[in-house]
Amino acid sequence: MSDETEKGLKSPLRRQLLMGMAAIPALAMMPRPSFGAGPATSAVNTTGLAVTDSEVTVGILHSVTGTMAISETGSVQAEKLAIEQINASGGVLGRKIKYIQEDGASDWPTFAEKAKKLLVNDKCAAVMGCWTSASRKAVLPVFEQYNGMLYYPTFYEGLEQSKNVIYTGQEATQQIIAGLDWVNKTKGAKTFYLLGSDYIWPRTSNKIARKHIEGHLQGAKVVGEEYFPLGHTQFNSVINKIKLTKPDVIYAIIVGGSNVAFYKQLKAAGIDMSKQTLLTISVTEDEIDGIGGENIAGAYACMKYFQSLDNANNKAFVSEFKKMWGEKTVIGDVTQAAYLGPWLWKLTVEKAGSFDVDKIAAASPGIEFKGAPEGYVRIHENHHLWSKTRVGRAKADGQYELIYETADLVEPDPFPKGYQ
Amino acid sequence: MFGDYSIGDLGAIFAMQGFAGLILFSVYVLMALGLAIIFGQMGVINMAHGEFMILGAYVTWMTSNAFQHFLPSLFPGYFFVAMIFAFIASGSLGMLVEWAMIRRLYKRPLDTLLATWGLSLILQQAYRSVFGAREVGVELPDWMMGSWQATDAIQIPINGMFVMCLTILITIVVAYVLFLSRWGKQVRAVVQNRVMAGTVGINTEKVDRYTFGLGCGIAGVAGSAFTMIGSTGPTAGQLYIVDTFLVVVFGGAASLLGTIASAFTISQAQSTMEFFLSGSMAKVLTLLAIVAILMMRPQGLFALKVRK
Repeated sequence: MSDETEKGLKSPLRRQLLMGMAAIPALAMMPRPSFGAGPATSAVNTTGLAVTDSEVTVGILHSVTGTMAISETGSVQAEKLAIEQINASGGVLGRKIKYIQEDGASDWPTFAEKAKKLLVNDKCAAVMGCWTSASRKAVLPVFEQYNGMLYYPTFYEGLEQSKNVIYTGQEATQQIIAGLDWVNKTKGAKTFYLLGSDYIWPRTSNKIARKHIEGHLQGAKVVGEEYFPLGHTQFNSVINKIKLTKPDVIYAIIVGGSNVAFYKQLKAAGIDMSKQTLLTISVTEDEIDGIGGENIAGAYACMKYFQSLDNANNKAFVSEFKKMWGEKTVIGDVTQAAYLGPWLWKLTVEKAGSFDVDKIAAASPGIEFKGAPEGYVRIHENHHLWSKTRVGRAKADGQYELIYETADLVEPDPFPKGYQ
Repeated sequence: MFGDYSIGDLGAIFAMQGFAGLILFSVYVLMALGLAIIFGQMGVINMAHGEFMILGAYVTWMTSNAFQHFLPSLFPGYFFVAMIFAFIASGSLGMLVEWAMIRRLYKRPLDTLLATWGLSLILQQAYRSVFGAREVGVELPDWMMGSWQATDAIQIPINGMFVMCLTILITIVVAYVLFLSRWGKQVRAVVQNRVMAGTVGINTEKVDRYTFGLGCGIAGVAGSAFTMIGSTGPTAGQLYIVDTFLVVVFGGAASLLGTIASAFTISQAQSTMEFFLSGSMAKVLTLLAIVAILMMRPQGLFALKVRK
């Protein structure tokens, strides 16, 4: 970690700061690449971005305070790690990446305001950020108006595409359809109980799930569908209903802290996940930290990444991540997707031979990142990623064990026909 | 809406929903008791009540870790120790806050709202700095998980029953302390007429401090109990504060009996509707009903008759 980026590290977490500082000696021993040997600035930056002969500035825009800080902390850590690594390997077009971090404070107008600051005042060449769909929707007009580039890491409901955004998480069809097919085929599941938190992502996802169950799986049906306010902690009633309807699969899209209550109460109510199949698309290793592994052991999750993935890229990623942020940190699906952002941007800039946003937007389709911890990804014409869908089974130690993965990369389809 | 279920099913549904409602009732009473003392008896609007609960939850988490490390053989019983620690921690912090801040604001009750709201933000950030932004999981001894099979269709979760017993115990203790003990009489005397109470020799400052401490301590115990069902994160306290005020205001601020009656009404309405409608819908309807009733009875379900 260089001195300058260390100064820019505005982490609110004392723990993280200490860990970050603990990492300095190790990083200082690495050979320092020399910057400033790239092509002339006037040639690679024709629109007045914050690019000098030796430096390029990007933005990191996540919530480090407020209710979303719990989720977005991992994304910030992954993005900083990627930037460190890119700098250690020579930077982008011979320039060192410097970052400016802003706090969206879990508040959508604040996100829009900070996005504008990063683009207009700081002239950031790219921004890594946002988590909830609400924050993304709030910054989208800003990125389009001031022609910025956003790398967005969360799996989300789809129904969106912009030349100013690269979506590094999966959209709804990539996460839902393969998972439902798998549970239908291997478990012979016919009846499904859909659960979710009450806002756009779970509702849209369940809508797609219902269409797929009723329209594409032979003889399958939805026996219940229910939504709970964010932060809800009393699930006894719905657990009673689940016991009465005895669905083959509980399909759960509950987010955040509510998960802790939900899984603890499921277990207390005697629902045994070695007999009852539960499939979630919203519980990553991060959430299990709070739920407690013993309460969710046996449940299945459908995502594209698990910390336990067994490949060389991922082993290196996990060990670097833990070296930078501490042994006890866990890495969930979104954290990995956030890590892809800076790398995809670097590869795109090098392909385009320019930092100009229009050229990057045009050069993005077809960019492939072979070093991705999830294995390999490629950017689609629609600015989403081709990636695999995987199913993991939760273990008592808080990790997922990989059970199934699609043979090929799944094509992203943010506007699925017949599912809307 | 009833059509899909047989008569036997419906019997089981109402029995199980009844118990679900009772568990929710216990949760509400635990949340609101501390606030009812502070808000009802002292007139202090304590917006940091949720953060005092979360302090109890974090203390429970630390105790559980300590037992796992140092006394693994005693782990099944750690919860009882944790609750005592939670009471002491939240209660002491409460007394400290009363001494440093609240006692200067007794003549300006609305300002306590602002001051304690600020305090809640400070505490949230403090938790985030000390424990990290991520939620922590409190490991429970095995005997607390699982359920008791009453009949084929009816199962009662053990941690739910535990919360119920705890609620009954705490309510009895609080009622005894406030209504029968010498100190409780002093509290009520101070509430009714501070100057007169002081004149007859009651140390009103001390009474205030201990009352506030007791309210916060109960919040701590509630937080400790909630680690069994809910999540523990820096901002989790915020989830409880609205419901807590709702219960206290609906019951009639100064009445403990009102708090209990209101918790019972809200939880049973919520639980029954939750089964036949959706979770969100039940919450909306419950809120609307409360608003309607409060418009007719602004003083809440139970109001103390006082001379104005």
